Order: sequence, then structure tokens, then C-alpha cells
Amino acid sequence: MPGLQIQRRVKYQEELDADFPRRVADMPGAADLNRCIQCGTCSATCPVSSFMDLTPRRVVAMTRAGFKEEVLRSNTIWLCASCYSCTVECPKGIKITDVMYALKRLAIQERAYPRHFPTPVLAREFFHKVRQTGRSNEGQIATVMILKTNPLKLLRQIPLGLKLLVKGRMSLWTEKMSGNKRQLQDLLDYMDTHKELR
Amino acid sequence: MSQSPACPRIGVYVCHCGMNIAKQVAVEAVTEFAARLPGVAVARHYKFMCSDPGQELIQQDIKESGLERVVVASCSPLLHEATFRKACAAGGLNPFCFQMANIREQVAWVTADKGRATSKAKALIAAAVERVSRAQPLERKRLAVGDKVVIVGGGIAGIHAALTIADAGKKVYLVEREPTIGGHMAKFDKTFPTLDCAACILTPKMSSVKNHPNIELMSYSEVEKVEGFAGNFKITIQKKPRYVHEELCVGCGECVDACVFPKAKFPSEFDEGLALRKPVYMPFPQATPAVVVIDPNTCLQLTKGKCKQKCVEACQRGAIDLKQEPEQVEVEAAAVIVATGFKTFDPRGLPQYGYGRYGNVYTSLEVERMVNASGPTGGEVVLKDGAKPRSVAIIHCVGSRDKKTHPWCSRVCCMYSLKLAHLVKERSGADVFSFYIDMRTPGKGYEEFYDRLLEEGVHFIRGRVSHITDWAMTKAEEGKLVVSAEDSLIGVTRRIPVDMVILSVGLEPQPDAQEVRKKFNISCSQEGWFLERHPKLAPVATFTDGVWIAGACQGPKDIPDTVAQAGAAASEALALIDKGYVEIEPNTAEVDPEACSGCKTCLGMCPYHAIRRDEEKGVAVVNEALCKGCGTCVAACPSGAISQHMFTDDEIYQELEGILSYV
Amino acid sequence: MRFLYYPGCSLKSSGRAYEESLLAVFARLQFPLEELPEWNCCGATAYMGIDEKKAFVLAARNLALAEQHGDGQPVHLVAPCAACYLVLLKTQKYMVEYKPIGRAISDALKSVGLKYRGQVKIRHPLDVLIKEVGLERIRAAVSRPLEGMKIACYYGCQVVRPFAEFDDPHDPMSMDDLLRACGAETVDWPCKVRCCGAMLTGTVEEVGQRRSYMILHEAMRRGVDAVATACPLCQFNLECFQGPMSRRYRDQVEMSVAYFTQIVGKAMGLDERTLGMHRLFIPLRQPPALLGTSHDC
Repeated sequence: MPGLQIQRRVKYQEELDADFPRRVADMPGAADLNRCIQCGTCSATCPVSSFMDLTPRRVVAMTRAGFKEEVLRSNTIWLCASCYSCTVECPKGIKITDVMYALKRLAIQERAYPRHFPTPVLAREFFHKVRQTGRSNEGQIATVMILKTNPLKLLRQIPLGLKLLVKGRMSLWTEKMSGNKRQLQDLLDYMDTHKELR
Repeated sequence: MSQSPACPRIGVYVCHCGMNIAKQVAVEAVTEFAARLPGVAVARHYKFMCSDPGQELIQQDIKESGLERVVVASCSPLLHEATFRKACAAGGLNPFCFQMANIREQVAWVTADKGRATSKAKALIAAAVERVSRAQPLERKRLAVGDKVVIVGGGIAGIHAALTIADAGKKVYLVEREPTIGGHMAKFDKTFPTLDCAACILTPKMSSVKNHPNIELMSYSEVEKVEGFAGNFKITIQKKPRYVHEELCVGCGECVDACVFPKAKFPSEFDEGLALRKPVYMPFPQATPAVVVIDPNTCLQLTKGKCKQKCVEACQRGAIDLKQEPEQVEVEAAAVIVATGFKTFDPRGLPQYGYGRYGNVYTSLEVERMVNASGPTGGEVVLKDGAKPRSVAIIHCVGSRDKKTHPWCSRVCCMYSLKLAHLVKERSGADVFSFYIDMRTPGKGYEEFYDRLLEEGVHFIRGRVSHITDWAMTKAEEGKLVVSAEDSLIGVTRRIPVDMVILSVGLEPQPDAQEVRKKFNISCSQEGWFLERHPKLAPVATFTDGVWIAGACQGPKDIPDTVAQAGAAASEALALIDKGYVEIEPNTAEVDPEACSGCKTCLGMCPYHAIRRDEEKGVAVVNEALCKGCGTCVAACPSGAISQHMFTDDEIYQELEGILSYV
Repeated sequence: MRFLYYPGCSLKSSGRAYEESLLAVFARLQFPLEELPEWNCCGATAYMGIDEKKAFVLAARNLALAEQHGDGQPVHLVAPCAACYLVLLKTQKYMVEYKPIGRAISDALKSVGLKYRGQVKIRHPLDVLIKEVGLERIRAAVSRPLEGMKIACYYGCQVVRPFAEFDDPHDPMSMDDLLRACGAETVDWPCKVRCCGAMLTGTVEEVGQRRSYMILHEAMRRGVDAVATACPLCQFNLECFQGPMSRRYRDQVEMSVAYFTQIVGKAMGLDERTLGMHRLFIPLRQPPALLGTSHDC
């Protein structure tokens, strides 16, 4: 029998980030976090909470209490599929899906997400593609994502890719938006140069 | 009693109660059986005897067949004895010439075999017939009642009840043992969930009490003795000496300034010891009556008999009288309302919370004074060293929901903790951590108040605090009070260093609840809360007629519930007065003076203090107004001198005869 | 009133059959949809996770273009893709609800000479078909009622929540009403608005595919001929992973999953190719009564 697993679990107040809940609450839709009464409806209605290391309810509790590390490193925020069930069911009107978005953004800013975890990579690829062409290309983005996170998996995906190609449901080139592409880029650049807007 | 020469004419009515009785009991056979019993002139069965046609059957038979006694075999007398007595009376028969046989609850509902049920019903009817043949016509007596009410306790319950009754034009004696009325509510700054100022809503009522022509305010007084019965109580009240003539004092405070103690030195009761007072003092500026009081335990003259008595000199109206003696007053009252309130739990009983050891651990009541603008700190939330706290912990359920202290939920702590969290945050800007087991906010606008506090950013931690310590485990904990609890919603134990801790102490019965209970002959639950007659349907009545209870003396409750109860008690008391009389059931005991030896055995046995000894004649006398007909004295009397109406030996023997002869 | 059509990226690639069938059905109903010129990606859910203000700006540009296109007339922007529909609605709503967002977006739009005054009405085709076209007109256009066909309507998440107002978020009925008007039988089932796994089918397969599998499993248990969808990602997830699912869960998963517009088009007797039927991995199952009545195959 292996040795008894002993882990110390106590939280000193100084280990918490008092500023964290404020940063989250500053994001649109996340301001109502404090209203939470910890009823757990969000976790119960969430289609994927059974896979989460922290249920949505605990994410809210811990965010509010300043458990920044634990929250940003949890798989919960990346498993959120944006189905908005929690937002619709929350008895206190908390936009939990928006809270998850806010946490995703903070996790990316803080580079706190697990390496090779596909969701943030997918998000980044998507982001770049749209900036370049004004449109996304699911096939290409997915391919790059798989390459960056788990190249072996690409082999497994070849049959699906071929099938989609044959059915005309995937193209190797990106359809670009027509007309004023410059305008879109200017718009995005403007957001970059006007950080005060963010 | 006397043997009746001729057997009276008896009518027997067997009720089917729909199918309730008829499906188990062969009602026709039972009726035939009853018809053959001695003295039975009429025997009938009917679907519903309690219905109007059923009652008319009885009335008609009384008139047409000249019935002299009636037996109805149906349900429990609790349900319809009064109905059938009325029917008898309407038919012209004395209502006590009636007997009920319970063949529903005692037979049909509990006997599986139909044959056995039927013979059981027969036996019960036979018993009733035998018994009723010996019944005597009796009269209900009426006693006139007075129109005054004594209210004990001058908190918000007593104040509200007093004003309600006085406004109805009846005289009220409001007895308060403290030097001022106002109770706990007077100490609060704000009230939940509306956050309106407690003083602003209470002090106008206090001065109305003082100025009301129908209210006689007896502060610094206690009820000594209660005699009499509903409608006619005689109550002895002791006025404690306040060493000041109330009618002369105008509350100018000259005496306080003149007191030989140059500075206030003794902890103020009203300020929960957070401020000091002199031996002569006014409890608080809006005290009602606005009369000073001299504390016999700290006044030099009263303790040591040696003082320059500067106060006496200073009072131009000559109101101070250091030789004042206790005074007894006897008043008459038709009704009594007991509204003696509660006491808060003393957290010294839970040393793990450090109250008394760490200066910055306060009780919630102390903080109520602290946040009060007219309190010892002028409404500022400050630490013992005068600094403002940067973080404050509020611990719910201190002395509640704990088998080792009190098992009950004190009902008000969650809400007042929320209120204090709001006030502390508002006054000091501190981070507030609220440790709760369950957040209980059932009340109008209460959950919304909790929502508001959540939005104000109070840190709510679900978990009961194990201990409060100054044992620092990290640098940040040094110089702080560390609160340890499991954050049961996050699933980790947490240590939170704070500057100040507020213990939300629970409510408990007054320490002298037992004595008060005995004085008024009311009951207490095991915990010491006064017992209502019925927890749902008679929440302010007691088992003693004419005595009502209101407010937290009955159990923990908040101001709205307390006021509602006070109003209920007041209107029940008014209903008694308005009726003008009390009717006494004739099932009382009666002493045969010829047989009584005057041994006084019965006096001690009577639970209702209804028997006294007529010293002149040397015999016991039963006060019919107090007698409840329990029969204890009848059984106890060694001379067999006491009998009880409706339960004479003759009736009981005859009933036994009936039940045994026909089975 | 003008009805502009905002396809979004998916309807130009994996969801081409949705676009083809949608446009064909609306054309048959003589309710023309005009594609919004120069549209760009709505930002979808992925963008939200990186930079929410940029995500809103992307969506807002489309709204500004649509409003401009209306020349002062009320404009309806029809967004068939669930994600586009949600993002456009959310942008519209948050611009008003959160002042800093509204201001940032307006400033950014202004920098490139655009302006959005919030006048565009964002509509889902289900909403348009029920409320604007009406079931009467649809019934009249049905030439080959889908008698004997049993369908499970799958609305997915973002078409009905949290912003949509045209149907009930817990028990939507618009697609059921529509397909019943086409002569099909629709089943009452508990999966209508349950999540298909969204992008998790691609990123965290074991989580995503389990969602799709549970939904398909329930549809099979209820003996339907097809699952009708209103979202390109739902359609993709439910249809394209049936092979891997069968292996993963050791269960033969086979179920037609078609866009509701394809099924409506079929009832209207439209050509299979026009409806993009050839793009389905699993052909739409034909109930016996309908066999041999379609134009080709």
C-alpha cells in the first residue's frame, strides 16, 4: 500500500488576491457576482459541470473570496461551452457565462491556462484569422489548433476532413470578406491604440 | 346525590356520521337496543345528528314526547357537546341533562370487527343512559369583569399593547422594572430591514405612554403577587425606591452635575458598559419617565451612609429623598398581559470566542450601542485604542443552534447581523466578513435586504467559527484577531485576520422567567419561554384565563412579530372586558360544610389556588370562578366532603353500572 | 421593411446546406432575403474569450452596415447561425446596458466613419417564418406534406437563450409548429434546448462528444426519423461525429440530422440539390410514405 497521501489545505488571507474579485467584477456582465447566494443552480444546470474540477458555484464563491490562482488554473472556465443555461436559470440574475468569459480573458492575460490546452489556442487562432481576413475558417483554425496542441490527433482527423472537403463543407482557402477590408482592420487597430477604451 | 324516585324520560339519538360510524357500527341494531333500556322513551338514528334537521329531531322530541334527559351517541364531545347542549336548551331542557357517547373516535374508527364495534357502542350508550338518568339540572354562573389591564414589561410589546388598550378607553397599569421603559429596542440604532431609526419610531410611542390619560406608568416597579381570576385580578405591585420623587423631578440633571463623584465611574447599563455613569443618573436622554434614579449599589450615602449629599442640595425642587422606602400598591385588573422580553446570551460561556479576553471582541448588543449616534462613541465604530477597524468579523449563531448552549435558532440574529454589517461598513469602511451557518431571512423585505448586503460587498463565509485567537501563524496575522472557520462552500479551512469581532449573541429567556411564570400561574416550555395555549391557534393566550403573553418572552422574535403579538394580546384582553362577564362552567367542586373538618388538605392540592379556608366557619370554600373542575380536591378530601358537579359519585357509579351490565 | 441576411462564416463553409436551403425556402415563399454586403465575422464565442470589446466592435460593424443599408427605413437582420444571432443580440443589448461598452464601440465605429444608432432588429429565421411569413402561407406552399415523418426538433442553446424573445427558453415550439405545418409529426422530448457540446467536440472530445451522443441516443430511443437543427455547429456536432461516437460509446449511432430549412424545403417539393441534401453525411431518412415522391435520387 502506498504511503498515506497528506496534503495541507488551509487558506491564509494573505494568500488571496483581494483585487481579483474587483477585476472580474469590472468586466461587463460580471458585476453582479456579489449577488450570488450559492444555491448551486448553475452547477446543476450546466451540461458539463460533471467534468469540471470546480463547479460554477465554487468558481463564483472562490472568485468572490479572491482565490485567483485556483480559479484561473481551473479547467472550468475552458469547459464552459457558452450554452447560457446558468445565466438563464440563476435566481439572482448573475450572468455566469459572462463571468466565465471574464475569467477566460484574465487567464489568457495572466498566461494561467494549461499548456497545450486546446481551447485558448483555438480562441487565439480564431482571433488572428478574423483580423487577417474578416472571416473565420473553421477547417483551417481547427487544423492549426490541433497541430499546436496535439499533432498526433491530426492523423485521426484526416478522414473527417476529407469527407467535409468532398461534401463541400470545408475549403482550403479562406473566403475573405468583400469590400472594405481596410475598414475592419482600422477598427480593430483603433481598439488596440485606444487602450483607455478597454 | 339523591335517588331519583321515578326514572326520567330519556331520548337516545344514534348518529351515522355519514358512513364514519355506520360502516362499522350496526346503527339500527344499536337503536333497537337503546329503545329497550330503562327509562328510554325515544330512540332514533339519523345520518347527521349535528345537522340542523338532526338537532330539530331532539328539540321536537323534547317538546312532543316530554323528554327529560337526552343522550347523543356520535363523535367526541370536543366537537359537538356544545352543539347538542344548545339543541337541548332550544327544546326547553336544561343543557346539563345531556350526555354524549363517543362511538366514532372511540368505536368506529378504532375497532376493526363490526360485531365488536356494535356491542362496544351498545355498552357506551347504556353507560350514558344510566349516567344521564342521575344528571342534575345545573346553571352556568356569570361574573362581572372589571375594565382595567395590567401590562408587565415596558418594551415595545408592552408599550404597543398599552397604547392599544388605552386608546380603546380602558385603564392600563404598565409595570416596568427598569427605571425607564423602551426595553431592548431603545438601545438599537437602526431596525432591519428598512434601516429606519429605532429611536425615531420608538420614542414617540414612549412619550405617548407617559402622556396618555389612560395609562399609569409604573417604572422601577415589579409585580409582587397576583390574586383573583380572569376578569377580577388583584395585583400587588412593588415600587422600588429610586430615591427620587418621580412627581417632583423634571429631569434637569442638576443633581447629576452636583454628585460628589466628579466623573462618571460606573458602567452604564443602558450603554452595555461601554460608557460610564454616576450613582445618580438618567439612563439615556429620552428615558421615560424623564426622571433620574439613584443606584443604591454605588451611591456613597446609600452604601456607606456617608456623603455630603450634594445632589440633595442641588435639587431646587427637593425631589431627592435618600430615605425613600419601597412602596406597595394594589390594583384591580380584568386582564394581564405579560411582555417581559428576553435576555441576550452571555458569550463568556463560549471562551473559544475570546469575549472578555480580547478587548476587541464585542457582543452584538454592545455594537448596537456603538453604532448608535447617541451612544458612547457617537456612532463611530472604533477599536479599544480608538482606531477605526479595517476589517471586522461578524459571527452568527453565538449561543444559538448549539446543544451545549441553546438548541434553538434565535430568529433575529441573521437579520441584525446583516444590519450591523451594513452599519459597520458604512461607519468605518471596514471589510466585513460574516460567518454564518445558514442565512435565515424569512420576512417581508428580509431576503431583499440580504441581497442588498451581498451587493454591498460583505464577504459571506458559510461556516461556523471554531475559535478566535491572537496566535499569529503568519506575518499578516500578527497583532490581529484570527478567525478560523471552514469555508464550507469553497471546501477549505480559512484563517481570516481581523481587527474587531462581533459576536451575534442569541436570545434566551429572562433569568427569572420561572418566578414570573409562577406569579401569573402560566406555563413555561422546557427552555423557559412562556407557553402559549396553542402554538398555532392560540399564540398569545395562556392556560390561565385572563392572562396573555406577547413578544419575546414567548420565544425569540423580531419587532414586527412582537408588535403583532402585542396587538393580538391587547385585543383579546379588550374582548374580555367588552363582553363584560365571564361564564363559569358548572362542573365545579363544592364543599359540604357539614362534613368538612377544616383540615386544609385540599388547599395545597388545588393547582388553581381556588380553595380557601373560611376562618370564621373553619371550613374550606371553593371559589367557583377559579375552579377548573379537575377533581383533585374531591379525591383528596379525607372526609369525603367535596363533590363535583357533573361528576357526582352517583353519576359515575351509575355509568359504571351501565357499561358493565350490558356487555 | 427590409430583411437583410447575415450569413456568418459557418454558412459559407460547414453549414452551406443551411444557407442553400434557407434561401431556397424563402425564395419559394416569395420573401426575399438580401445578403448584407461587406459583412465580417461576428466574433463568435471564441473572440469573447480574448478581448470582449473587440468582439463587440466586430459585431457592431455589421449592425452599423445594416443600419446604413436601410437608408432610414427599419431594417431586419436575419441571422440563421445561433452564435451570430446571439452575438449580434448581445452586442446590441450590452451597448445600451453597459455605458462604457457603448461609448467604446461608438468611438471606434466613428474612427472609421461608421455609426450605429441601435435601430436594427435582429431576427432568427424561425422567428421570421412564424411571425412575418406566417404558418398559413407556409402551409399553402407545402406541396408534399411530410406525412409519416417523425422529427425531433433540436433548438440548441443560443437560438433560444439568453436573449431571444420569440420563443420560450425552456420549451420552445416555433420549429415544432413550423414542421407540423409541413405535415410532419414532432416529438416532445427533453433535449430541445440542451447543449450539444459546442466547440468542446473539437477541443475536449470526451466532454463534447458525450453531450452530442446523449442527445442522439435519446432521439434514437424515441424512434424519430430525423433531428432538425437550427444551428450550423449543432448540426456539425450531431452529424459528423457519429462514427467516433459509435466507437467511443460502443453503440451504433445513426441518425439523420438536417437543418429545419432542408426539411421545410422538402415539404415544399424543392429539389434535393437546391436544399444541399447532398452535403449531409447521413441522408435524410425517408419514411415509406414519402419514398419515390421526391424529384431526384
